[in-house]
Amino acid sequence: MYNSGKIIAGLAVFFILATLPFLLNLGKANAKIEPSIDTPEINAMPVKHCVEPKAFMRSEHMQLLNTWRDEVVRNGNRIYVGSDGNEYGISLQNGCMKCHSNKKEFCDKCHNYMAVVPYCWSCHIAPKENKS
Amino acid sequence: MSMNRRQFLKLASASTVLGVGGASVISNIGRGNLEAAQIHPDPRALKAKRWGFVVDVSKLSTDEDYQKCVNACHDIHNVPNNPNPRHEVKWIWRDTYEHTFPNTAEDKIMNKELQEKNFLLFCNHCQNPACVRVCPTKATFKRASDGIVMQDMHRCIGCRFCMAACPFGARSFNYTDPRPNIKVENKTFPTRMIGVVEKCTACYERLAIGQQPACAEASSGAIVFGDLDDPNSEVRKLIAEKYTIRRKPELGTQPSIYYVIGGGEHA
Repeated sequence: MYNSGKIIAGLAVFFILATLPFLLNLGKANAKIEPSIDTPEINAMPVKHCVEPKAFMRSEHMQLLNTWRDEVVRNGNRIYVGSDGNEYGISLQNGCMKCHSNKKEFCDKCHNYMAVVPYCWSCHIAPKENKS
Repeated sequence: MSMNRRQFLKLASASTVLGVGGASVISNIGRGNLEAAQIHPDPRALKAKRWGFVVDVSKLSTDEDYQKCVNACHDIHNVPNNPNPRHEVKWIWRDTYEHTFPNTAEDKIMNKELQEKNFLLFCNHCQNPACVRVCPTKATFKRASDGIVMQDMHRCIGCRFCMAACPFGARSFNYTDPRPNIKVENKTFPTRMIGVVEKCTACYERLAIGQQPACAEASSGAIVFGDLDDPNSEVRKLIAEKYTIRRKPELGTQPSIYYVIGGGEHA
């Protein structure tokens, strides 16, 4: 092989540069994204609970919100019965965001991390940031 | 491997059946996250077969009388007050007799008082709405339960077919971002965004919790709201008692707003 020294050295440099981001972060834990539920409204609750258990809300809130949207706007159904048997008024501005009054620390934190941009807030009015 | 026609057909039909069956199994996985029984209407909600309005403009005289109905609606629904008149957004507004009933306005010898009267106009919630027929995304639709012509802002793509179709000018387009032109935001109701069409929704959000539409509540009896399908409702009694007309009935959209023309004593 002609110029084998240069080629192998070049390949080695390329390999190191290309894998540098992975090598540097090897063994380090990912920055954990934890949405904050530290609001006065949630802290005031005797038992902290959402309309569904945390795991369900974490993975399925988009489907739940889409279903809620269609049920309210198109079918006029405004009461949701949670799996705990309690009834909840369906509303983003007057329901969800009444407790989760910290949109930046709750919604935006994960959405920014995942680079998703839901268009809720181009029409719905976000709450004033509340921190306890 | 050799295969005769009979074997080939057997194999093909068997794999088709399996394929179709398999597809339906796969497409049903992940469905049914929410049961229908989990969602129901508010028990306080007002119910009707077909909502309608009776507007008695003889009960409106001063500018303030009209304006309080308009403000009652526009304030709670975050309707922007755009400075450019060509970008005007309106859910309920006042207009002249000539513009309200254009096909009768050429009459030179009619009652002058009526001809010079202003009328309150808003979405007619037609029984046969032209806007719903043309909407390509079904963003505007007629609620089967109570006949309200609704606008789903989540689906509106801003094509403005509905504005062209509506013979009553009840629809407005957001040519600009409405937020800067809303003086005081009602935090319990959404705004709209640039590029969507909006209109009167018969206060569906108030009906759902048992309240009358805002304009009817603020009008001191000039706007009466009720069920047009119920012969004992207040609106039906008013329509039976007094002479009423509707806007552009010749177009066949069957508007649900009845305007009282003239007083009871001469009718």
